[in-house]
Amino acid sequence: MKIKAFIISIITLSGILLLSGSCGQNGNQTGALKSNMAERSFVAPGELDEFYAFISGGFSGQLAVYGLPSGRLFKVIPVFSVDAEKAYGFNEETKPMLNTSFGFVPWDDAHHPDLSQTNGEIDGRWCFINGNNTPRIARVNLATFETEEIIELPNSAGNHSSSFVTENTEYVVAGTRFSVPVPQRDLPIDEYKGNFKGALSFLKVDPNSGEMSISFQVMMPGFNFDLAHPGRKASHGWMFFSTYNTEEANSLLEVNASQKDKDFIAAINWKKAEELIANGEFETMNSEYAHNIYDESKHMATTIMETSVKILDPTKYPGLVYFLPTPKSPHGCDVDPSGEYIIGSGKLAASLTAHSFTKMLDAIENKKFDGDAYGIPILNYDDVVSGVVQGAGLGPLHTEFDGIGNAYTTFFISSEVVKWKLGTWEVLDRQPTYYSVGHLMIPGGNSQKPFGKYLVAMNKITKDRYLPTGPELTQSAQLFDISGDKMELILDFPTIGEPHYAAGAPADLIKINQKKFYNLEDNKHPYAAKSEKETRVERKGNEVHIYMTTIRSHFAPDNIEGIKVGDKVYFHVTNLEQDYDVPHGIAMIGANTAELLIMPGQTETFTWEPKRVGVWPFYCTDFCSALHQEMQGYVRVSPRGSNVPLKWSLDGE
Amino acid sequence: MKILNRTMILLGMILIGSCSAPKGETAIESTTPATHPKGQASVVDDVSEKNILQVAMSSEAHTTLVAGVKAAEIEHVLVNAGPLTVFAPTNEAFAALPEGTLDNLLKPENKTALATIITRHAAPGSYNPEALKKEALKGRKLYMATGDYLEIVVNGDDITVGGAKVIGSIQTSNGVINVVDKVILPN
Repeated sequence: MKIKAFIISIITLSGILLLSGSCGQNGNQTGALKSNMAERSFVAPGELDEFYAFISGGFSGQLAVYGLPSGRLFKVIPVFSVDAEKAYGFNEETKPMLNTSFGFVPWDDAHHPDLSQTNGEIDGRWCFINGNNTPRIARVNLATFETEEIIELPNSAGNHSSSFVTENTEYVVAGTRFSVPVPQRDLPIDEYKGNFKGALSFLKVDPNSGEMSISFQVMMPGFNFDLAHPGRKASHGWMFFSTYNTEEANSLLEVNASQKDKDFIAAINWKKAEELIANGEFETMNSEYAHNIYDESKHMATTIMETSVKILDPTKYPGLVYFLPTPKSPHGCDVDPSGEYIIGSGKLAASLTAHSFTKMLDAIENKKFDGDAYGIPILNYDDVVSGVVQGAGLGPLHTEFDGIGNAYTTFFISSEVVKWKLGTWEVLDRQPTYYSVGHLMIPGGNSQKPFGKYLVAMNKITKDRYLPTGPELTQSAQLFDISGDKMELILDFPTIGEPHYAAGAPADLIKINQKKFYNLEDNKHPYAAKSEKETRVERKGNEVHIYMTTIRSHFAPDNIEGIKVGDKVYFHVTNLEQDYDVPHGIAMIGANTAELLIMPGQTETFTWEPKRVGVWPFYCTDFCSALHQEMQGYVRVSPRGSNVPLKWSLDGE
Repeated sequence: MKILNRTMILLGMILIGSCSAPKGETAIESTTPATHPKGQASVVDDVSEKNILQVAMSSEAHTTLVAGVKAAEIEHVLVNAGPLTVFAPTNEAFAALPEGTLDNLLKPENKTALATIITRHAAPGSYNPEALKKEALKGRKLYMATGDYLEIVVNGDDITVGGAKVIGSIQTSNGVINVVDKVILPN
């Protein structure tokens, strides 16, 4: 008996040890079970996220809005590309938004969103974003989450070092990636050197309306300009642009633009530029470019073709521009929250270069120059460098900050994010990304006041990270918790297009300003019908204008006769609702446009050119109400030259 | 030996216990009972036009109706996108019911019966007095949310629906409230 009991107790003890052993192993598990990772990105149904993330769609041309830490997608804001879902670029009201000096351009490559700031802190008013291909800068209103303005940039091509915002949103800057002949002209390509120029545009922002205008362009030598960052605090008033291809190669750049050991970060004294402009010391250049503004009260955009731009030639104005030598084709040039360090990420280098603003001023003052480029002084490298982060990784691209003395840099080639310390330049932590990370974003991480809780790394390649979807795979964002000493990957989520760069803000900054609907009383659309009594149909030659309304759950009018083949029919539809989250849609069979999605109080217009005789239906496309499926109507189309009178009705009246 | 066994068991319990989730990491518990979950009626919105429930709640003449809506737990129906037309009996109309009827209906066990009675006062669609007159003129009956069809009678300016006279009308964001002087009971 005793022996038996002893055996049982041995077995029990073994069991206990096994259990406790497996318990210990639980703590070492990787993945979501490790240290409550899943819980840290989990936002319970009905709960709200802590941050907004505005992630560019790259080649989709749009801007996507996500919540952090959940990674939930809320909205894709159409910016540079047409969007049939919202009729952006399809309805009469928003077509002008995509006008350029090249005509209607329905697509672009959206890269770097940046948020408006007040006193160096993000203020939640506007999000700016650049279109790369046909150079443009857009402004999105963060009360409506709609694109309100797009301005084209003359003398530019591949608008890449854009759209970065100064401390009080004085300027949004936009630097050209490709240098081009300025002015454009017929020229042999191999006459690049000296003839091609790189325009750096400074767009003034109206502090109240947000409206942009090109204040001036600094016409630089024919380098490639990659990224930019405004000075902060002490360095406020300066703007830094990274350059590559200072070799001025015009072919096989992958070899020819990597010949020099160092390229430059260009430091532009924009306060000085302002003085020059104020004193009339500039040239005026005739250049045509489109300026498109959406008027919220008219619910309609208009295009103004601008005709000239002010040019500053840096070779004529000493003190306007200096070059800071920076190794190996720098991509990111990121200024830390204190404004003292300018971090150059040589994308072909294995280390990071931190320039000191204080040393830069000293080098300027004491003329510590190492020659010049096209008359622009090159500061002596050793006299401006403050430190180098050695052996950080391969292919550094971009750096942001947590506000407590740490910097975080992405490395494309070694697929990782590296955390390091400002001042001591020591590497503190590194985490792999999946895979080939480009930019990263910490909410407020490029401002004076970062919110250093989360970091989003944006990856180009996902291979085996998600269920496969044929040859084309999603790109991804990866969320790291950076509140501790070590960065911890807590979530990754697929994105639209290429998540090139992002801007983040605390939700509280933005959600309090939200517009719920548009006041019908304030609707100044020239074709608005503000009540069913105002609905009508008017003919002007072969143009027919239908003043239509929608309200749960009918169109007024919903029976229309007297339309003829060959007419151009304008459906001007006003949503009479004054209630949050009650849009109505409308679509017409055979219309060569898109549906409309009309917010409460708003008027939108689509055109329809009926080609066939018959009676053709239209219907509401947004599941608006319990009687949504009843929300429909008919248009009778008679032959050309028919004398069927124009007639419209709702329920026979 | 027994002592050793007990020690082991105790030790085992401590060890096994330590495997469970630490405090503060348990699943989030819902604070609202599952039978009547948080819904659209809890949405805070001070900007939009008022919906049927908000208008009814702000009316002193409809405290009985609102109490009934709450007891029947159909608040969310009255803030739904609709559109809905509610024939809203006044407090006096409820008071005119046979003695004890209302108290009886407000008892929890009669929740379903109460919901049916109130729902009979709601019609899908937007019918203000003008629209009601048109319905009568065209000989159309009013389809109610319970499936009943009610007759609309127009006599000069007076409109009655299912025998209840319309004595006022308010347009709301998600439909219409027509104030009536009687509770519409099943035939």
